[in-house]
This record gives sequence, structure tokens and C-alpha cells, in this order.
Amino acid sequence: MTVARAMAKALKAEGITTVFGYPGAAICPFYDELYKEGIRHILVRHEVNAGHSASGYARMTGRPAVAVATSGPGATNLITAIATAHMDSIPMVLITGQVSSDMIGRDVFQEADITGAAEPFVKHSYLVKDPEETATVFKNAFYIAGSGRPGPVLIDMPMDIQKAQIEFEYPDSVNIRSYKPNLDGNKLQIKRAAAAIAASERPLICAGGGLFTANAAGLMRELAERANIPVVNTMMGLSSIPASHPLFFGMIGMHGCRAANYAINNCDLLILLGARVGDRAVTAINRLEGATVIHIDVDPAEIGKNLPVTIPVVGDLKRILTQLLQQAENYDHYDWIQRLNGEKASAEKPLQKPKDGCVNPKEFITMLGKSLPDNSVICADVGQNQIWTCANINLENGRLLTSGGMGTMGYSVPAALGAKAAAPEKEVIAICGDGSFQMQFMELATMRQHGIFAKVIVMVNNRLGMVREVQTNAYGDRQTAVALDGSPDLIKLADAYGIPAARVTDISQAQSAIDALLATKESYLIEVVVDENEKTIL
Amino acid sequence: MKHTISVLVENHAGVLARVAGLFARRGFNIDSLAVGVTDDEKISRITIIADGTDYTLEQIEKQLNKLIDVIKVRHFDSRELLTRELVLIKIACQPSQRAEVIALAEIVKAKISDITVNTMTLELSDSVDKIKNFEELLRPYGIKEVVRTGSIAMQKGGVSMKL
Ligand SMILES: Cc1ncc(C[n+]2csc(CCOP(=O)(O)OP(=O)(O)O)c2C)c(N)n1
Repeated sequence: MTVARAMAKALKAEGITTVFGYPGAAICPFYDELYKEGIRHILVRHEVNAGHSASGYARMTGRPAVAVATSGPGATNLITAIATAHMDSIPMVLITGQVSSDMIGRDVFQEADITGAAEPFVKHSYLVKDPEETATVFKNAFYIAGSGRPGPVLIDMPMDIQKAQIEFEYPDSVNIRSYKPNLDGNKLQIKRAAAAIAASERPLICAGGGLFTANAAGLMRELAERANIPVVNTMMGLSSIPASHPLFFGMIGMHGCRAANYAINNCDLLILLGARVGDRAVTAINRLEGATVIHIDVDPAEIGKNLPVTIPVVGDLKRILTQLLQQAENYDHYDWIQRLNGEKASAEKPLQKPKDGCVNPKEFITMLGKSLPDNSVICADVGQNQIWTCANINLENGRLLTSGGMGTMGYSVPAALGAKAAAPEKEVIAICGDGSFQMQFMELATMRQHGIFAKVIVMVNNRLGMVREVQTNAYGDRQTAVALDGSPDLIKLADAYGIPAARVTDISQAQSAIDALLATKESYLIEVVVDENEKTIL
Repeated sequence: MKHTISVLVENHAGVLARVAGLFARRGFNIDSLAVGVTDDEKISRITIIADGTDYTLEQIEKQLNKLIDVIKVRHFDSRELLTRELVLIKIACQPSQRAEVIALAEIVKAKISDITVNTMTLELSDSVDKIKNFEELLRPYGIKEVVRTGSIAMQKGGVSMKL
């Protein structure tokens, strides 16, 4: 059979039923076979969104998802999505067409060195030059993308290779001698960790996005409950524990809440679970100097990278937490927890009344959070809207998806599209700003075309709000290039896509808009009008 | 501090670019990098001399290990290593100076690799320090060109770095 056919068969063998992509001549042989194999192809309106959608899809299924693009500009358009997935450790296989292998290097039409260009952002990449390698490359790519610390893997497929004839047999096992992720966790280190927990007076679990990768959020919660350890989240770790859990104290970091940051600055034992101590998450590393630090992560390079660690444990969180749980007992941390509760209470402020014609975003997001059905998926974009969402949505269950590491505007709508494609039974809502919305609203058409009905909420402040705030605070309020004048009427825009919409200009209208959004099985858009001077941290 | 790191990699196209790119984007400083195939033609060995703190060294090792084509990374203490670099040095050398230069070469065990009416090219394989020293000795004659391979290193004694 042709390599193109083998590629489609490889996807089938990997259990891939849906791919996101955008075709072009250099990937046509493969598209023809996708069609013949009956793999569902979702035609996004920009390649970057194929990548973001695959990210949303992968985060729901926990398995590598696939995005496809053609050579040259199609491939380079994927790069931001690749980088975004790489930063957040999202498993993904990207397939790009490439010019014929005998033409590579001559700057022919639509030639781009995509393996070279994407190198800093991939976990691995292949430029296939020998057609016989196809099966192994696909098998390895899926394995590498999904195992250890997950990440994007790129397969670049020259046109002539796609058309070559091969004998195809898909391998059933992988053996890459140079890639053997360490999953088990050193027994002695786990024992030391258990002892440190037993000895600690003010322990704290900092739960990151790695818990989702390892499918270990439940175990983390069990450990917290058994040993009475308070929990804080990184942004990527949000929704790993119910927001109302008595041991939960919120999100840490530059945009986190006071109780959570107080906890991290005052604990005597910090237990980092699948969190990489990003600079926006742990802003005052020096405050941690006296504390014992247990860092559990599947990627040894993250341990000790940003924070000196007392007890490093490399491995799969599920396996390690299972062992830790067996060694943990019921410890009394009443005083410590009370202190944190005190911080939490003292940080609470009454809601500020917004100016006329505007809604307090905190109030709106809180209301939305309370109205959500079980297992909803919220995709937060980047900017003020992201922080308002992360800080106030208070998910009891379900998932929060956002671009944590890269802070990529334009992530939320395509990610919601992908998440909804993976989990059609769930309520999936993208929340973005009016700036980021205009980077991604072309995907409303994709939702309609494929009947993937995610919902969208746009916080309209007519500004690139977060940048405006930086300019207000650090540049004498000289607002440069942050006004979004000229933006379209979003209600009319939604209407142009055949999507019903509501504008909320007063909190009294919010609940009925939310109810309408949640009631429909199809897409729905809410525009929430927000004061342009609204602060991020309210 | 200088560190010598030996890396066994799959002998695939693009591996060197990945390793070099990693050093560049993580801000690790390379003093020299030498690469060649091993006795197993599917495996190449890269010797890197890098400058940095212990923290940097740890990160270099960990980040290298994350590259899928990297099979093994070892960092060696310089005392346990046999380190060699090859240099070619072309100098200006008039016929009247030849005897003197040949005598110099003999002392340091360098070879005369090429000669013309008014130049001489010398070849020396030795440690980095000795090579630098040799270069200084030749400087007065007028150095026209220097090419160095970068260091390669191997453990002393009976041990060997294998898979
Ligand atoms: C692709 C991209 N470009 C630029 C930025 C820098 N940036 C961060 S927040 C922000 C403003 C976002 O504006 P908007 O989407 O309207 O959201 P708001 O902050 O107003 O809620 C910008 C431009 C970014 N994060 N991503």
C-alpha cells in the first residue's frame, strides 16, 4: 500500500477517530486516505487552531490527539500551538506535508524546514525520508507524545514519501533504547517523603497540571484528606480538587489569592506534585528557604530547576502517591489550617459595584460557576479574563483548561472546540476577552460546520485589558495600542454565524443569559460588558 | 568551571542540530564540541567542554537526557580523563628559520605536515594546555592560520563508556 494509506492505518491502530487540520497540496495523498479510512476530519479555519483543538481534545481523553497541516505556511502556522502544548505538556502528534524529498533544501514552492523551526518546542520530531520507516515512526511518535512527560511530536512527511509503496505492518510494541521514562519512583525517597510529612507541622500540597496527566488528582485529594494537608493549586492544577473542599486554599502566584500565597510562604513542608515552579506561580522563592521541599515529577529536569529541593522523587504521580498513601497517617494540623482559614477570611472583600452599563466580572464568573452542570469544561483564554475566570469559577468538578505556560491568546475557543469534540456530552465553555476573541472567532464556523457546539463568553472591555493594566501601573497610564476601537458588534457577528447571543450590561441580566446559554444544545455566545478600568485582582 | 561531558547519541540526521540548539536556547556556554562515529556505526559520540556552575552542569545533563536521540550522558572529573585535541598551525617560516622550528616541534612532539618556501604547517595532538602553549611558542614567527578540532575525551584505565 502507499505510505499515505499506512499513515491513516497507523492512526486507526492508535485509536484515533478524529483529527483537526487544514489541507494543502503537499498533504493531499494523506487526506485522500483519511477520507477512505473514515477518520473524522475537522476543518478548522486556521492551522494554529488545529493544534489548539487537538490540545483541548487530548486534555479530555488523556491520549495524544492529532493535528494535520500542509507544508510551508500550513506547517509554520502550527508553531504557536506546538509551543503552547509543549509548555503545558500536552500529548499531541502533528503531521505536516513536506515538499518531495529530492527537492528539500532548494527553497522550492511552500518549502519550510518545519522540523528545524519547531525543534525548540517539540518533544521529538521526524522528517521521514525512508518510506519503510513509516510504521515505526508513527508508533514511536504516539508513544513518545503520550508517555513520561507528555508533549508534542511532529512528523514531517515529504510528498514523494507519502506516495511510495510499502509493506505495512503496525508494530505492537515500542523499543526506543534512548527513551525509557522512569515511572516507579525511588522507594527510599518515597519513604523519606513520608517521614517528612509525618514530621511536618505546616505541610502544604501544591498541585499542578501533572496530576491530570497522571490521572492522579483523586489520589492527591486522598493524601490531603488522610494526612490533613492543605492544598493550593498552580493555574494548571486548577480543578484537581473541588473549590469548596475545606482543605483547599486557592491558586498561588502573581495572580493568585492571598491565602494560597500566604500558605506557600509560611509552610514548613512544600509538597510539589506535577508542578514545575514556574516564575509566575512561585513568585517569592526566597521565602521558601527554610522549608523542606518534596518535589514529585515525572521529568527529572524539572526537579531542582527553579527551586532547590530536599527530597526529589522522579516518577509517575499515580504510582508514587499510591505508595505515599500507604505510609501516610492522620496527622493533626488544626492550628495551621486555622491560620490559613483566617487568611482566607481576611482577604474577602465586598464586591465593588461597577459603573453603569458594566458588570463586575468577578460576580459574573462566580454566578456562572454556581450555575454549571456537573463535569463542565471551562476553557479560559489569556488576559484579565483568564485571571477572573481562574480565581472565581470555583469548579466543584469538571475541568479548567488554559494556556498556562505560554499564555497564548486565542487558545480558548479552539481548545473548547477540541474538548467538545472529545466529550460531546459535557458542557464546554470558552471564556475570552474581546482582544483574544478576535484572534479566534473564525472557529465559530468550524463549530457550526461540524456540529460541535461549544459555547463562548466574551468579556468585552474594549481594551487589551491586561496590557492596559500594565500600562496603567507601570507606564503612567499612557495607553498605547490597547484600545480595540473598530471591533465588530459581537451580537451581530454571532448572528452572522447563526449563533444566538446575549449581551449582559448589568448583573441583573446575567442569570437569564447564563440559563439561556446552558439550556441550548447548540452554540451560544454571551457578551459581558466590563469597565475598561477594571482591575485584574479585584 | 569547565566540564567535560560525553554524550552517546543515535547516529541520525539532525542530532547535532538538536544538541547544539539545546545549548543555545538554554544559555549554556560551549567551549568546544567534537563529534564522530563510535565503533558501533549507529552511535556517535559527542564530547562537549562546557563552562558553568554545578547547577548549569546538572541542567545540561538532564536536558540532554530529555532529547530522544540521546542514549547516554556522562560527566567526568578531569582527573580521570584522557583529553586530546588536534591542532593544525600554519606559520610564516623562512628557510633560515626551519631548523629552529623543527627543533621546537621535536620537543613538543609535533609533526611537520606541510612546507612551502616561506610557510610551515605543524600538527599537534595533545591536551588543550599544551596546544595553547605550542601556539604561543610559534607566535613570534607569525601565525597565518590555526584550526583546532575541539577536545575529545576518554576515561583513563580499563573502564569504558558503553550503552
Ligand atoms: C498571542 C499573544 N499575543 C500577545 C499577548 C500579550 N497579551 C497578554 S494579555 C493581552 C491582552 C488580552 O486582551 P483581551 O483578550 O481583550 O483580554 P483582557 O485582558 O481584556 O481580558 C495581551 C495582548 C499574548 N499573551 N498572546
